[in-house]
Amino acid sequence: MKTTLAEKKASRADFFTYLGVIAVFLLISLLRSQGMLNRSQTGLLVPICCYIVMAVSLNLTVGILGELSLGHAGFMSVGAFTGVTAAMALLDFLPSDELRLLIAIVVGMLFAAIIGFLIGIPVLRLNGDYLAIVTLAFGEIIKELINCLLVGVDSAGLHVIFNYNGAKNADDLNLLEGGRVIIKGAQGATGTKTIATFTAGFLLILFTLVIVLNLVRSRAGRAVMAIRDNRIAAESVGINVTRYKMTAFVISAGLAGGAGALYGLNYSNLLATKFDFNTSILVLVFVVLGGLGNIRGSIIAATVLYILPEALRSFRDYRMLIYAIVLIVVMLTTNNDRLKALFGKIIPHAKGGERV
Amino acid sequence: MVPVPSDAIIPQRDSDKPPVLECSHLGIDFGGLRAVDDFNLTLGRTEIAGLIGPNGAGKTTIFNLLTRVYSPTRGTVLIDGFDTAGKTTEQVNRMGIARTFQNIRLFSNLSVEDNVKIGLHNSEAYSTIAGLLRLPSFWRQERAAHERALELLSIFHMEDLANARAGSLPYGAQRRLEIVRALATNPCLLLLDEPAAGMNPSETSELMENIVKIRDTFQISVLLIEHDMNLVMGICEGICVLNFGRVIAKGTPDAIRSNPAVVEAYLGKKKGA
Repeated sequence: MKTTLAEKKASRADFFTYLGVIAVFLLISLLRSQGMLNRSQTGLLVPICCYIVMAVSLNLTVGILGELSLGHAGFMSVGAFTGVTAAMALLDFLPSDELRLLIAIVVGMLFAAIIGFLIGIPVLRLNGDYLAIVTLAFGEIIKELINCLLVGVDSAGLHVIFNYNGAKNADDLNLLEGGRVIIKGAQGATGTKTIATFTAGFLLILFTLVIVLNLVRSRAGRAVMAIRDNRIAAESVGINVTRYKMTAFVISAGLAGGAGALYGLNYSNLLATKFDFNTSILVLVFVVLGGLGNIRGSIIAATVLYILPEALRSFRDYRMLIYAIVLIVVMLTTNNDRLKALFGKIIPHAKGGERV
Repeated sequence: MVPVPSDAIIPQRDSDKPPVLECSHLGIDFGGLRAVDDFNLTLGRTEIAGLIGPNGAGKTTIFNLLTRVYSPTRGTVLIDGFDTAGKTTEQVNRMGIARTFQNIRLFSNLSVEDNVKIGLHNSEAYSTIAGLLRLPSFWRQERAAHERALELLSIFHMEDLANARAGSLPYGAQRRLEIVRALATNPCLLLLDEPAAGMNPSETSELMENIVKIRDTFQISVLLIEHDMNLVMGICEGICVLNFGRVIAKGTPDAIRSNPAVVEAYLGKKKGA
């Protein structure tokens, strides 16, 4: 079937993105199997996958839809805690770790998507700064709400207490013999069986890429980008602005929830305060430095900038200073036109308008 | 032939079909300012009509009222016999009105072809899920949209520019692209807001031919706002003149040309006499 020149270039760029991700995964897996990666390095693998998915999903909201969201970590935390709950609640019924991980990720995505939908209803009517402020607020609200949750499971089922005045504690769950406390309010999720794997992270990244790239290169993606470029014109040609804003926002939230579930199942203890404004800003920095609308850029930026503080550990006291300098240098170089033209020749770009 | 209502600009061509546009006593107030007052207009099928008047007369405001960017304070607008009251801009577009903008509003980061494809959003439709999963309807409709987009671009001989970034086009090409995008939404009424602005005489006469060609090919009505009198007198079958939000004259080009009220509105009152 004949495809247009622009479509060919776009699919070629996508092909290299997928190829790059698969190649790096195979390489790392090889190094791991040969025992060439030390413990701290292998410990980075799952979080990097999570932050890559976070960056790509945030890019959908910020770069493709063009709305500044400052509460993306909120969706991650929803995914983390619902995913952990699902995985731990099913521990007795489903011995298979992989299956529970899959279910946890799906549950995390679903809940985050629902929360994204509920938040989207008021938020997407606003624009610019107001939307940013409200998403920031929601990120904080979600964090505080999770701090009030007491969740436990026993043979009778799932027990959830919303500890709004702080008077209750885990004992009030009244769990039967053999029951398990999953979330202990402000102490977060404890005693989680860590079933997250690098392979699962890789598959999640692939899934995210398929969803985001397929969305962008489809009718819905065009509508979303049209809304970004000129909302009034988009309305005038019959685009339902609210519907497509919601589509992008909910998909973005859902994917972040999946990343959160994977993240939550990587640690035996997880505090809700981990998913705060700083985390949202961290992901936003990945997206901005990788390029708004540039999916491949988000992947590279998330990887490099997550590893960077770890790699700079040898600088001890000067670590954050060097990190800041590197950030500034990256900012300057990624906006340098000559360097961009140079990279454009080496790495095929999708031309024809879309920045993906 | 049905007797001509006094509001109609020119007689309807198809006497059995309802007029494509019927405005009755349309008006809007912005606070204390009556921006448009008692605007009546009936447009039949396949008419080319012009809306002229000095700057600030309310012409673009009327376009905004027709496309429901503004809600009128008074009056009704019927498109194809259907009332637009309570509708949103995108719903009104689906009812059959498409417009271009005075300050060009293109999707500048998208390609020329994508701009047109967005116009085809509602006609070459498939669900978002079909797009995500790349189901057969995606491939089928995308192919159809691509072909239709190129077909539409060929009206203005712009097929070669299909992959260019819309924001990089020269001014005249951007104006033409906006018209193509509006046409892609399959309207029965096309509103053109100063389509010849910034064009030289040869581009303008080419545009005049193209507007007539579009009307003949697509069998649509065109209502245009213009300051270029050559264009207006050249292709408009009926002209409505606006000043300070009110209609001061309506009729054929010859009648308007010699109307003293129109001359006064544009050139001012003659001193002395």
